[in-house]
Amino acid sequence: MRTEFENGILTAYLDGEIDHDAAAKIRTRVDASAQALRPRVLCLDFGNVGFMDSSGVGLVMGRYRMMKLTGGTLRVVNVPDRLYRVFALSGIEGLGVLR
Amino acid sequence: MKTVNEMKLSFPSKSCNEAFARAAVSAFIAMLDPTVSELSDLKTAVSEAVTNCVVHGYRRDSGTIHISGKITEDRRVILKIRDTGVGIADVKQAMEPLFTTAPEEERAGLGFAVMQSFCDKVRVRSATGKGTTVTLEKRISDAR
Ligand SMILES: Nc1ncnc2c1ncn2[C@@H]1O[C@H](COP(=O)(O)OP(=O)(O)OP(=O)(O)O)[C@@H](O)[C@H]1O
Ligand SMILES: [Mg+2]
Repeated sequence: MRTEFENGILTAYLDGEIDHDAAAKIRTRVDASAQALRPRVLCLDFGNVGFMDSSGVGLVMGRYRMMKLTGGTLRVVNVPDRLYRVFALSGIEGLGVLR
Repeated sequence: MKTVNEMKLSFPSKSCNEAFARAAVSAFIAMLDPTVSELSDLKTAVSEAVTNCVVHGYRRDSGTIHISGKITEDRRVILKIRDTGVGIADVKQAMEPLFTTAPEEERAGLGFAVMQSFCDKVRVRSATGKGTTVTLEKRISDAR
């Protein structure tokens, strides 16, 4: 995972397979960067994610709550079609974070 | 229906084995030449079932997760994922979308909903203190 910080926007380029094991590692890294940089927007880029189960939804919901607490916003971008079904089941579309 | 292939796997409930279980099941069903989406559906469902054994069944303890797989002549894949952990008191409630007993661990309560939406059949047998067996069934479309 690569991260980038520009104009108050912290972008995390997620890759590989997001399961329970990987989500825990991503969470630790993203949250540490967010704590240090205090971004106004946290952007999770799913463009290079090949696989995701419901742990990915938990990851997004947790980051959504974290950003809300600090008055920031979350964006989820470049979700590949094949991952979309898991997000669709979650009702997460209602949060307005998916782009 | 005649069984054309079978397998059994046992491994410790470490989270790194979630990826192992997906890979092993993918290799097992390769003989059916599934489509990309059929393969991805089964991998996702297996990932959910195995993760539940790790996260809920055995919680902080460690235990053994068992998978048995069968392929039938009519191209159905039947997978049983079993733990001997804490078990589920109310299976019906557990299977409701968004129900979770672990919100503080950022669980979404979607595992069973994913299994049900990605497989043809999902059966859950559980007894508190004894463990849980989830049976997933999916038919793979005819050879193209
Ligand atoms: N193998 C198991 N052993 C004990 N309890 C289980 C097991 N599998 C599921 N459960 C119970 O059923 C509930 C619902 O499971 P489900 O997979 O749908 O959601 P989750 O695991 O809580 O969240 P998610 O799968 O979205 O990360 C769990 O919170 C847990 O209480
Ligand atoms: Mg689950």
